[in-house]
Amino acid sequence: MMPLLNVERLSKDFGTHQVLKSIDLTVAAGDVTCIVGPSGSGKSTLLRCLNYLEVPTSGAVYLEGEPVGLRFKGDKLYRMSFNELSLQRQKMGMVFQGFHLFPHKTALENIIEAPMIVKRKSRAQATEEAYALLDKVGLADRADYYPRQLSGGQQQRVAIARSLAMQPTLMLFDEPTSALDPELVGEVLAVMRQLAEEGMTMVVVTHEMSFARDVADHLVFMDGGIIVEAGHPKDVLSNPQHSRTRSFLARVL
Amino acid sequence: MADIPIKSPARQPDIHSIKPVDVFHPSWWIGGALVLGLAVLFIRLLVTNENLQWSVVWQYLFSPEILAGLGRTLMLTFLSMIQGLIIGTVIAVMRLSRNPVFQATSWAWIWFFRGVPPLVQLVFWYNLGLLIPEMSISIPFGPTLWSASTNSLITPLSAALLGLAFTESAYAAEMIRAGIQAINLGQTEAAATLGMTQAQTLRRIVLPQALRIIVPPIGNDTISMLKFTSLVSVLALPDLLYSAQMIYSRTYQTIPLLIVATIWYLVLSTILTLAEHYIEHRLKDGPPLELQLILKSLFKSKFWGLRRGKAMP
Repeated sequence: MMPLLNVERLSKDFGTHQVLKSIDLTVAAGDVTCIVGPSGSGKSTLLRCLNYLEVPTSGAVYLEGEPVGLRFKGDKLYRMSFNELSLQRQKMGMVFQGFHLFPHKTALENIIEAPMIVKRKSRAQATEEAYALLDKVGLADRADYYPRQLSGGQQQRVAIARSLAMQPTLMLFDEPTSALDPELVGEVLAVMRQLAEEGMTMVVVTHEMSFARDVADHLVFMDGGIIVEAGHPKDVLSNPQHSRTRSFLARVL
Repeated sequence: MADIPIKSPARQPDIHSIKPVDVFHPSWWIGGALVLGLAVLFIRLLVTNENLQWSVVWQYLFSPEILAGLGRTLMLTFLSMIQGLIIGTVIAVMRLSRNPVFQATSWAWIWFFRGVPPLVQLVFWYNLGLLIPEMSISIPFGPTLWSASTNSLITPLSAALLGLAFTESAYAAEMIRAGIQAINLGQTEAAATLGMTQAQTLRRIVLPQALRIIVPPIGNDTISMLKFTSLVSVLALPDLLYSAQMIYSRTYQTIPLLIVATIWYLVLSTILTLAEHYIEHRLKDGPPLELQLILKSLFKSKFWGLRRGKAMP
């Protein structure tokens, strides 16, 4: 079966600094992939290359067999315009460390914005779906609150609902709990666990090792711009093969 | 330490039960009295000086000629602000574009129109016919579709609008650029991951947030523009000031008519200030406005706030 997401020899330079060095990665539909590693290892850059928020220096990302951000015409390869790319980005929801809710819109308005503007749904239909999503993340009673009136955990749950409203085939999480107070981490992880159980394909950059152990189907350890070790989380965590993995796990577990 | 005599607690009242006396500032009272004295002298001048001719002021305050001038001043203010803001938005977006031609053009536009005084521009636009005698629209190397002499196109009104709107566009562009740049990059990234196009992101996400930042300076500019419009009197366009000038050139009642113009400028700028406060408040999604609160905030200053020992909001 064709994997949902396929990363081939992906490299990214920032000037002379090589952040990603020929990364290969496959994500099967319905799988949860957790990417862990020390800061500066390139894991966030890898995630941001998947939906072309960062343009890779070389290599390719395939979503459902189609190259992301690139298009063949005859035997020539063209870069996609921003607007062409937006059609692919709709399929990859993304949740950020800093939430990035739209501060001038209520929780409900944040969620219905893209379905109405991008997918041209009616306000009534978008609102009905938004309430279902708010209910799912446990915030139905906060629909009319502005982001600044919500706690960090609540904002992040609204941000997850906002991404889900576009009915993506894949969800990307970029350290979704790193900006949260410790007591608010659990409520966000609970929503993510529930999503995983429902069969959502997820790629999660995280420092939450217990989440990775319990939820991930696939654990990727990155360091220095390469994938050092990958496999089932139980194998990687209990029996790491590389010394770099061992020393990282010794520090975080 | 041992030599300090311990006072008997019985002679002192309880520190928790009485309020401390505030520090006395003699300079505060002396300065206040001086300024009050000057204010009284000034008011006496207004009341007793017969050259002011208050009866003439009342006679002309609502005269049709003055009111027509007032209407033109308002029209000029709003038309040149609207044009200036439209051009300014385009210039700001060009300034932020990655296209070097757009960047350079917008830089040059801002450099020129911020550097040339509006009065010079007004006279220049009015005399454009000397530079370009005829304007035409034609297909390049083909037939002319439309043409007219520049002198018939450049009236005092169009020259005034060009000069004022172009000057405003340079300032507006810088304000709008700063407003757009103040929006966190995460906002555009979040919009991009939701599949929004660049135009949708600008219109729905970036500009509404930037607007809150740029409303106060735009309000300021509108009040400045109200006063700048008095420059058009050099083009013999009968705005508020020129209407007053036309009357006193007939009647020689110079001071009373200048007072009439002053009163109207103050009334208009006060109304604009109130409107700006109202709009600013609405954009903040604050509680409903109370007139008293606005009036208070109009005269709020850090000086008094700090003197009273209050924490700044």
